[in-house]
Amino acid sequence: MNRPLSAPPKKSWSWQSQAFRGLVYQVVAIALIALGIWYLGHNTLVNMRERGIQSGFGFLFQTAGFDIGEDLLGYDSNQSYFKAFMVGLVNTLRVAVIGIILTTILGTLLGVGRFSRNALVRGLCQAYVEFFRNVPILLQLLMWYLLFTELLPDASEAWQAGSVFLSKGGLNFPIPVWEPGHLWAGLGLLAGLLLAWLRSRWARAHFEATGQPRSVFWLPLLIVVIMTVLGWLLGGAPTQANYPSKGEFAIENGGALTPEFMAVLLGLVIYTAAFVAEVVRAGIASVPRGQSEAAAALGLSQGQEMRLVMLPQALRVIIPPMTNQYLNLTKNSSLAVAIGYPDVVSIANTAINQTGRAVECIAIVMLVYLTTSLTTSAFMNWYNARAAIKER
Amino acid sequence: MSVRVFQSLPARPAPVQQGGAIGWIRSNLFADLRTTLSTLIIGGVLLWYLPMLFNWAVLSAYWLPDAQACHPVEVGACWGVVAEKYRLIIFGRYPFEEQWRPLVATLLMMALLIASCSRAFWKPWLVLAWVLVLAAFFWLMLGGFGLSPVETDRWGGLPLTLLLSTLSIAMAFPLALLVALGRRSELPAIRTLCTLYVELIRGVPLISVLFMASFMFPLFMPQGTKIDVLIRVLAGITLFAAAYLAEVIRGGLQAIPKGQVEAAASLGLSYWQTQRKVVLPQALAMVVPGIMNNFIAIFKDTSLVTIVSLYELTGALGLALNSDADWRPYKIEGYVFIALIYFAFCFAMSRYSLWVEAQVNKGKLR
Amino acid sequence: MSTPIISFDKVNKWYGNDFHVLRDIDLNLAKGERIVICGPSGSGKSTLIRCINRLEEHQQGRLVVDGIELSDDLKAIDTIRKQVGMVFQQFNLFPHLTVLENLTLSPMWVGKLPKKEAEERAMQQLERVRIAEQALKYPLQLSGGQQQRVAIARALCLTPKIMLFDEPTSALDPEMIKEVLDVMIELAGQGITMLCVTHEMGFAKAVADRVIFMDQGQIVEQNTPEQFFNHPQTDRAQDFLSKILGH
Repeated sequence: MNRPLSAPPKKSWSWQSQAFRGLVYQVVAIALIALGIWYLGHNTLVNMRERGIQSGFGFLFQTAGFDIGEDLLGYDSNQSYFKAFMVGLVNTLRVAVIGIILTTILGTLLGVGRFSRNALVRGLCQAYVEFFRNVPILLQLLMWYLLFTELLPDASEAWQAGSVFLSKGGLNFPIPVWEPGHLWAGLGLLAGLLLAWLRSRWARAHFEATGQPRSVFWLPLLIVVIMTVLGWLLGGAPTQANYPSKGEFAIENGGALTPEFMAVLLGLVIYTAAFVAEVVRAGIASVPRGQSEAAAALGLSQGQEMRLVMLPQALRVIIPPMTNQYLNLTKNSSLAVAIGYPDVVSIANTAINQTGRAVECIAIVMLVYLTTSLTTSAFMNWYNARAAIKER
Repeated sequence: MSVRVFQSLPARPAPVQQGGAIGWIRSNLFADLRTTLSTLIIGGVLLWYLPMLFNWAVLSAYWLPDAQACHPVEVGACWGVVAEKYRLIIFGRYPFEEQWRPLVATLLMMALLIASCSRAFWKPWLVLAWVLVLAAFFWLMLGGFGLSPVETDRWGGLPLTLLLSTLSIAMAFPLALLVALGRRSELPAIRTLCTLYVELIRGVPLISVLFMASFMFPLFMPQGTKIDVLIRVLAGITLFAAAYLAEVIRGGLQAIPKGQVEAAASLGLSYWQTQRKVVLPQALAMVVPGIMNNFIAIFKDTSLVTIVSLYELTGALGLALNSDADWRPYKIEGYVFIALIYFAFCFAMSRYSLWVEAQVNKGKLR
Repeated sequence: MSTPIISFDKVNKWYGNDFHVLRDIDLNLAKGERIVICGPSGSGKSTLIRCINRLEEHQQGRLVVDGIELSDDLKAIDTIRKQVGMVFQQFNLFPHLTVLENLTLSPMWVGKLPKKEAEERAMQQLERVRIAEQALKYPLQLSGGQQQRVAIARALCLTPKIMLFDEPTSALDPEMIKEVLDVMIELAGQGITMLCVTHEMGFAKAVADRVIFMDQGQIVEQNTPEQFFNHPQTDRAQDFLSKILGH
């Protein structure tokens, strides 16, 4: 048998060679981009020098000198720009996380409602989706803010329900004062979660061994609640809270949600829920009808069919675009700058106006959002690969 | 063997209401206990609130532009604010006497957009028509050649919204095409550059891109050159739209079976010939609904230019009402007015997109 | 005939207001009988067998399966579905579950069997259809013929008294039809009551006790295969057979 010939040499420096041509294209592309970046950068530096603007991120440690309307970090105007940005970041995350949770709940209800037996429910869900999808989010935010600031009464005539006040100044409610007893309650909660999880595992093993199903939702929930209450009792049952009271011009004490926060949250949730509803509807509709027929022919009940056959398949179709909507909600929270909610974009805007450091501030904002987006995209890719229906 | 002729039974009508209005109401609203309960509750709530809304919006509303007459509490919506301010809202700060110009320009643009929607007009001269209409648009709005000049920062309202969305999508399209092809390229450098661009832009909100355009573009230019704010904003929106459009086009490219490219290669077609003659025609036809969705999204996103001081519809409303103490209390009516305008445009576009999708699917049926 | 296991008594069904899809169906099946239903498309064959496990609802007449009358009574429907297995034209296997999980789903969740027993039963049925080695694969990793055999095994895991087949080979490539028909013929030899809607006349001749010919919602003719194929008694049946057996 002949010795196998080695592969012929690949190098050839002629224009005909595909490899060489590809190399040339890439080198040219990179060179052009690099040239472009150098040109823009050069101009920027010249312009900034001419206007007397320093560059660099050192300004972050200077005193900010402005107040922020809403902060959870105990900031005041004597602190640094860095701290100010942190406050903005926390505000953005606050509205994004709560918004995502509420949107998921509302959007899923609306999406499932499109399949309801009741024509009224179906029609209302469809009307909701059509209306709120076709009006720009900025307009919706402005409208909600207007409703909150115009229609709500002044603080002196606030609507009151028990210890909760609703007025132009926002929503004021009692906040429990932190005491060691709450730590016990927290421990109780953790213990309850652990017990519930153990019980779920036992229930599943029991089902597989004997075929008798055991409660998977209500009993574990009860366990969690009981353990939390036990912990709270053990810690001395602290009940002291900070109650809001009607001051002269505003409601004082207690915890507060500003109208800006509520307007941003409400606007974002109502807008994004319309899109989530469409995603959920498309997901449920994507499961072929034959699947539910086969499940029925096997004797599965409606609930079992939903849980074991429809939902697992629908979720695969739902999760990627749902994650996209979460990202959209986070990005749309940047519009809070239009109604004065101090999120990270709003803080950056103020900082730019005060220091002129446009490049640095915008870079910070972009970095914040990029990190969020890339993390979520990475998670989504991982989930997609893991959950894909295996084919040949 | 004798063969019997089979006597078939004639079809009979169905018994009890299978269909008809009563049957529909029974099975859709009162089918079982749960459905009946929810119909009663929701119906009750609607019957309580809808008349109140109707009363406010129509029955006790005041339609004439008289701010004083709207003050009494019994008066519902004050639509006079629209009658009074509609020109400011729709045309922004454009000089009052010259407002026929943006009107004509808007109508021209809308006519062209509607015409481009139907297959009957997809002929080569459509491109020429586009160029002409755009030229006419700019001439009417900018002035010169017999019309008095009007600076771009006085443009506003509906013409601005239409201009920004149409122009940015039109310019974003070639860029998006190149980026989509680049992302699927086998050359690693090109692929990385295109991926970086798309992921970077899609990861940040439009507002930050607009800020970048507004604050940073002037810094990028050589000393002394001033760029028009409209051009800056247009560049920002175009870059933003191109990234999303590139993803839509890439989805279509991915859906083309590999066999198509292989067949083209076996026939001796080059890369660019294959793309032009085989891949793109199929891919683009598939993604027209996606492109329409993008257009609708960009149309809505143009409202954000308000934040960088260009007064399109939303901003023009603020402009019209914030400084006028007489009409300021009736901002809600103003908001409803422009919400209806946006809704009309976007709803029409989304219906069109559904129609296109149905057409494409019809062609795909085996 | 002693008490029939399935009995149609003047059953009528309409789709909407106008389409009279089943007209005055009278039919009795004995236990262990094997029936093939054939006829032109749109004749109501699939609708007829889908009424048996209430995938379709009839509007008039009485339909009694295994002693239980089919009506809106959900309990009755559940009981009947445990005794009736169905094989679909499009297989309708659950793509997100393995073959084994597809088979053990109903015994565990409806039959309340422990997992071990359910899996034993599943493997038995997989052996029966000669596909036991694919137990841990996912449905979309198998060929069409293999998927349909898994679907048959899944229906058999209910240990049903009656098996319904709705054009089981119509969606298969020609070379895979034989493997599925072989399984069905074996099944028929084991005493289970079978109703099969099919165009495969060879199968009818080999296995059926009775062939039923339907057209426009009515049973036109029923007879033994030998009589039906060689001496059709109505013009419609003659016409149909000449078209089918011609090529």
